Amino acid sequence: MSDPIIHVDNLVKKFGQLAAVDHISFDVAPGEIFGFLGPNGAGKTTTINILCTLARPTSGKASINGYDVVRQQNQVRHSIGLVFQDSSLDDRLTGLHNLKFHAMVYNVPAAVRAKRIEQVLNMVDLWDKRNNFVRTYSGGMKRRLELARGLLHYPKVLFLDEPTLGLDPQTRNHIWEYVLQLQKQEGTTVFLTTHYMDEAEKASRIAIIDHGKLVAMDTPAKLKSMVGKDIVTLRTADNRKAAEEIKTRYNAETRIDGDHLIFNVDNGEEFLPEFIKEFGIHIASISLRRPTLEDVFLKLTGREIREQEVGDSLSAQIRQSGRMRMH
Amino acid sequence: MNNLLGIYTMWYRDVLRFWHDKARMLSALLFPVFFLFMFGSGLQGSIGVMSGGINFTQFMYPGIIAMSVLMGSFMSGVSIVWDREFGFLKEVLVAPISRMSVALGRTLGSATVATIQGIMILVLAPFIGVSLTAGNVLALIPLTFLLAASMGSMGILLASRIKSTEAFQAIMQMLMFPMIFLSGVFFPMQNLPDWMNVLVKINPASYGVASIRQVILGTGTNSAFDLTLFGHAMTIWENIAVLAAFGLVMIMLAVWSFGRQE
Repeated sequence: MSDPIIHVDNLVKKFGQLAAVDHISFDVAPGEIFGFLGPNGAGKTTTINILCTLARPTSGKASINGYDVVRQQNQVRHSIGLVFQDSSLDDRLTGLHNLKFHAMVYNVPAAVRAKRIEQVLNMVDLWDKRNNFVRTYSGGMKRRLELARGLLHYPKVLFLDEPTLGLDPQTRNHIWEYVLQLQKQEGTTVFLTTHYMDEAEKASRIAIIDHGKLVAMDTPAKLKSMVGKDIVTLRTADNRKAAEEIKTRYNAETRIDGDHLIFNVDNGEEFLPEFIKEFGIHIASISLRRPTLEDVFLKLTGREIREQEVGDSLSAQIRQSGRMRMH
Repeated sequence: MNNLLGIYTMWYRDVLRFWHDKARMLSALLFPVFFLFMFGSGLQGSIGVMSGGINFTQFMYPGIIAMSVLMGSFMSGVSIVWDREFGFLKEVLVAPISRMSVALGRTLGSATVATIQGIMILVLAPFIGVSLTAGNVLALIPLTFLLAASMGSMGILLASRIKSTEAFQAIMQMLMFPMIFLSGVFFPMQNLPDWMNVLVKINPASYGVASIRQVILGTGTNSAFDLTLFGHAMTIWENIAVLAAFGLVMIMLAVWSFGRQE
């Protein structure tokens, strides 16, 4: 690996006795899209907060773009852009003013400021709305504005913390177009947390964290091959007899899920035609799927990543409506 | 350089937000109008002419200016708590500017806004029968700014410790109302019960109200409305010195406390 843009070495963060982050180490190469997954409370947010200089580590080291996150906070802050899960816009200002403010704080040279702002606003299709107050924006527009803001100072590393949570599929696709375009053109490194497995698939590498420890780190393809075999799901005229036959003939354990039988095989694509030809019992339906990241996650953490999501977006909505009342 | 930029940006944001908020501007002007013309005119009849041939509305006028400045400057703390609630504080805290410049910039920003709110009330002077010279107005600008910055940094100090909006607003009201009532806005500081006298002298706002009154009503030393401390009638410069000392301590505490939060 060339010089890592993010370097994390034996990082620990304790809250009292509880180690939220427990001796984790990893490197991220420049230009990578690095997926950082884990159940809620696994230590994702704490790790991001340390990397963004919002929290201090208890022990261990972390650096971004060669700068230490404790001793060289200002240089680190210049090197990163953030899109938070919760809005961090000033909704009493216009979209344009939010960006101007950001450009000033990040010392974007005055000569290129206006041009840069126009460019990012066009990229997220908000140029026409630039003079509207942010409080009149929809959820998707706000997230797009945050993305534009996060990119304004050409950060070396872009942190996307659940960037598309609660957004409609069309907006999600749009946001990903921008991110991938940027990553290609500018070589921006992306550090991503997400609950959406199709988004995690876009990562060049994925780290899975649970109870503060890294439990796996590899490319999505390798992680999936770790779960192993392809998964066959079928429904037959007599599932009990079918299970026996599968056991004796293919030496595969089946499990029952409703009125379906599920078992694992190597090389499912070649196995399936053979199986259908040979099998003695009438097959009502049959399907084959490859293991997904969801299966990887389930196997490693014992929890489904989606279980969390409903609770998350619900509490986000409650917070949102709490905010509405405030106005 | 970086710090100056941070201070300027935070200041700019506060002023910009105020400029966009026409309703806040209007209420900053209407609120004193209600007090002066409804409350003041109502009491004026029964109080009659006060010392120095001044009527009650005229007496209250400098106090109402000070009250507007106080209430405006308390907004600095409220806005930090709001920013935390709405998430914007996070954008500020990860920005490459120091915490010190954030705290200073916000103090100066809210002080500027509060000063504008206070100075706006000067347009009411002719309707109250107070004549002001250009020199008076020029003296009032830095004076109200000092009062606003001192009180504003107290707000920021509290906001850096108290994280919930509800708790902050409750504490602010518990502080703000006694500070306003015990500062000489509504009544002269003479012949008060002992316990009240002590509280008035401890209250830093009293020195702001007294000095603003000294500028507007032109009452020099030995006036019936002056603040007396240990039997000594405070001159305007002594009032300013007390206020400035309080402000200096508050701003140092605010910067220190704001820098420590995670």
